[in-house]
Amino acid sequence: MIRLGVPSKGRLMEQTFDWFAARGVALSRSGSDREYAGRVQGADGVSLVLLSAGEIPRELAAGRIELGVTGTDLVREKLAGWRSDVVEVAPMGFGHADLILAVPECWRDCEDLDDFASIARDFRAAHGFRLRIATKYHRLVRAWLAHHEVADYQLVDSQGATEGTVANQTAEAVADITSSGETLRANNLKILGAEPILQSQATLFANRAALDDVRPFLAQLGVEA
Amino acid sequence: MIPKRDKQAIGQRFLQAFREAGAAEVAPDILLPADTLLDLYGEDIRARAYTSTDPLRGEVMLRPDFTVPVVQMHMANGAEPARYCYLGEVFRKQDPGDERPANPRDNEYLQAGFELFAHDPQADAEVFGLFHRLLAPYRLQAITGDSGLLMDAVRALPLSTARRDALLHHLWRPRRFARLLERFSRPAEARDLPATSVPWAGLRGEDEMQARIDRLLADRDAQPLDPAWIARLERLFAVRAPLPATLAELRGLVGEWTDLGPAVLRIEERMAMLSAQGVVPDAILFDASHGRQTMEYYDGFTFTFVAPDRPAWPPVASGGRYDALTAVLGRGGRAIPAVGGIIRPGLVAELEAA
Repeated sequence: MIRLGVPSKGRLMEQTFDWFAARGVALSRSGSDREYAGRVQGADGVSLVLLSAGEIPRELAAGRIELGVTGTDLVREKLAGWRSDVVEVAPMGFGHADLILAVPECWRDCEDLDDFASIARDFRAAHGFRLRIATKYHRLVRAWLAHHEVADYQLVDSQGATEGTVANQTAEAVADITSSGETLRANNLKILGAEPILQSQATLFANRAALDDVRPFLAQLGVEA
Repeated sequence: MIPKRDKQAIGQRFLQAFREAGAAEVAPDILLPADTLLDLYGEDIRARAYTSTDPLRGEVMLRPDFTVPVVQMHMANGAEPARYCYLGEVFRKQDPGDERPANPRDNEYLQAGFELFAHDPQADAEVFGLFHRLLAPYRLQAITGDSGLLMDAVRALPLSTARRDALLHHLWRPRRFARLLERFSRPAEARDLPATSVPWAGLRGEDEMQARIDRLLADRDAQPLDPAWIARLERLFAVRAPLPATLAELRGLVGEWTDLGPAVLRIEERMAMLSAQGVVPDAILFDASHGRQTMEYYDGFTFTFVAPDRPAWPPVASGGRYDALTAVLGRGGRAIPAVGGIIRPGLVAELEAA
């Protein structure tokens, strides 16, 4: 039996259902809206597991599901050494979002990462502590800033309302997922740099060890791995 | 697999040798408050150290190295000169990035260490001589460096104070350093920073931004750095050879870069002191860039001992002078001359078993 993990609610779930429907496989929630059980029609030996999108990377890596739909951002953030455990099978063309670094719009002297590095150094000297970046994407942001050799900063954990941390003075900058940038603008923040930290979209992933088992189903969907 | 007990026994042997060299044994906590370590090393340490939270003490870390707790202990109640030694586990995690490594590194291993706090010009040679003697049976390659030489070299560049400070700050970040240097070698560009009507937000003050903009404006008049200086820096960074041969090369550089004189003289004097300790200078490599690969707070002599037939191994022993660290940890920025190093008994055990 192939267990297919799909986000259990919202637009991500609906668009996933649409994506599979377009490939001849009908996914649906069984019973009431409150029940997290699913049905699969049009494919044999496949069962639907409805999960929180954030838990799908972990379940995939552990082999408790063979296939899963989630954002590339979540896989890369939550699975250290992700390539050893899971395979990116197909980008699905929705759920687009960029992980970006944003600073107050009023910082007119901050246009790129070099400026940011210089400001972080000044800030640390002036305030006696490292400039704070609020985020929930600790590993991705840290690896990206290490790659660009930005020092003099620290990450502070923010699991929600991240854009508000600057105004509340609990952080000087934020690193977060954005699709339109509207929330950032509403909070007087601007995106730094031309390239985002990561471009994410909803993607069909497979557990690496289960790849051979899922290949026929993937062929039916018209995707190759 | 070598049993932990055997590694422990080898560690005890080094510890005994350190005691005989006049060191008092100390046993710092394994669980350390995270704030000091985070402030010193930034996010790099969070990527490498195991963190946890204590309901009363906040974020704590499993000891990632001994230097910080030993320095703190010395500053709280030590008198100079002081020699300390220790033996215990350190804990380092490895974030593999995209792929899991085939041979993950040890995440828990022993360090046997020796730290010397003294206003004594012989201190570098004393510590290195001791390590050299203890490690002689294992035929390791000793590599030395001098971060002071690199800092003096940058200080001597014909640059504005702001540019010099920026380069000094990023000496340990080679790509950022190279970017700055490249920018300073071009004619300065006028930055257009249009005023905005956006309301001010956040803790960084408007005055702080103005100070930086003033600095950027002042930089507009800066003359490009003569490429000859960049060529000299590159020549200096590339110096790597047996110690006596590099001294000949460094003396040649002093001819066109007189400010390097004092640092080169220090290295020369240190070589004489090492010889007096029975070290053969021709067997020691000097790598001018060595200090750039070590911890940022090593600001003078640095050394590592590596196993030549084990290219994948980390150094079997390493150390150096870290006056800058004592200045950051000390109240009021008071620096205490400090030099020390560690040996990894686990790696020595593997060499003995081979």
